[in-house]
Amino acid sequence: MTYTKRFDGRGQEDLRPIEAKAGIIPNADGSAMFKIGNTVALAAVYGPRDLRPKFMQNPSTGILRCNYNMMPFSGHGERVRPGGGRRAKEISMIMQKALAPVLNLKEYPNTVVDVFVELPQTDAGTRCAGITAAAIALADAGLEMKDLVSALAVGKVGGTIISDLTYNEEAYEEEGGSTDIPVAIIPSTGEITLLQLDGELTKDELTQALELAKKSAAKIYKVQQEALKARFK
Amino acid sequence: MTKEHLLKVLEKGIRYDGRKLTEYRPIKIETNISKSAEGSAKITIGETELIAGVKLGIETPYPDTPNQGNLMVNVELLPMSNSEFEVGPPGDNAVELARVVDRGIRESKAINTKKLCVKEKEKVWSVMIDICTINAAGGLFDAATLGAIAALQSTTMPKLEETTVNYDEKTKEKLPITRDPITVTVYKIGPYLIVDPLPEEEKEADARLTIALTRENTICALQKGGTEPLTTEIIEQMITIAQEKAPQLRKHLK
Repeated sequence: MTYTKRFDGRGQEDLRPIEAKAGIIPNADGSAMFKIGNTVALAAVYGPRDLRPKFMQNPSTGILRCNYNMMPFSGHGERVRPGGGRRAKEISMIMQKALAPVLNLKEYPNTVVDVFVELPQTDAGTRCAGITAAAIALADAGLEMKDLVSALAVGKVGGTIISDLTYNEEAYEEEGGSTDIPVAIIPSTGEITLLQLDGELTKDELTQALELAKKSAAKIYKVQQEALKARFK
Repeated sequence: MTKEHLLKVLEKGIRYDGRKLTEYRPIKIETNISKSAEGSAKITIGETELIAGVKLGIETPYPDTPNQGNLMVNVELLPMSNSEFEVGPPGDNAVELARVVDRGIRESKAINTKKLCVKEKEKVWSVMIDICTINAAGGLFDAATLGAIAALQSTTMPKLEETTVNYDEKTKEKLPITRDPITVTVYKIGPYLIVDPLPEEEKEADARLTIALTRENTICALQKGGTEPLTTEIIEQMITIAQEKAPQLRKHLK
């Protein structure tokens, strides 16, 4: 293991400072901000509302639609061209898959619930911060939910399994480099609704990383719940 | 709410939210809200909230300004901020908004673009301002300009190594901002002139005039909008209102 002391001095299992707030966008039906270190995600929920075009409507259930977007000035380095690309498209899709399992939209046939995630400032872990913010926003919108969804990236950097990677850690190049594993978890059941991996590790290391993800997700879950409690106090 | 009702209320000299006709909602500006940007500001006017961010890059200058930096203003009317906004490329409203903000900054020469020349005809700094709406609840024109200027004033130059930008190293050098134009948009509803409209007032407005003003209260850009024509008398009244309001708005800048 070459990476024994983290760039920002955190312990292997430590998350960056986290903060959450529900109800930040008055126009939206539900909204939230989630901040983890220097990554900030804003989420707004509109709906259930009429779905257009009509052929996309499902008469047996409402559907969830997600849109992930980095603000043009939120990237590391150069300006990010607005309009999204393949990356934003894929992330929007996997966010939808990560959040849909906790929702029950059967009561709202032919409708759509729109989730918009925007990032004004980023330092890795944006899709996970987006999912975490979106889960709070969906609850803030008063939708029927089995549970929240809590998400974060775990990984292996320089041989060490760590929680909540930063940009510098994702870019680590020595000893096997960096493996980044974004995970979203339904805290009450421990079920995983998002799992991706970029890098290389053994099966045992993955098991270890997923255990760490569950432990870390519990910390995020607590902050999400507190944000919702503060909103409805 | 019908227009008739709105006009009855305005006749009494008050607004739906209790304001006077030419009174702004409370304004708050917070700078350096995005560490990823070279400069940024969050501005709230009542329930309207937007973020302006500045990115700097190195580009080739335009042929007609070979020794000056480039300026680009873009507005994203994010679907997050209003149920009427949709995902996709900027529509007419976003483009008009961006161009009005752009002209106020450009025509007042708010940025000393000559100082942004690295090598004539080859490399200049490009100033890219993106304005993203967080909650769109009326009065976006004035909020956008105010946010853009606050973001520009907070901008520091990243390090230039040869001809590439090292974004990890920020210098102490500020972006050369020499003036602070702001806009006051006056709306005409029936015979009444108001500023900072609520969404329901904005929808019923017959015409609007956006007036960009320098600190000296000279006019550096105008944009008329809306369906109804305006007489010169009304235009003069609108400018008088704008000139009264501008110094109050400017107080919120550093």
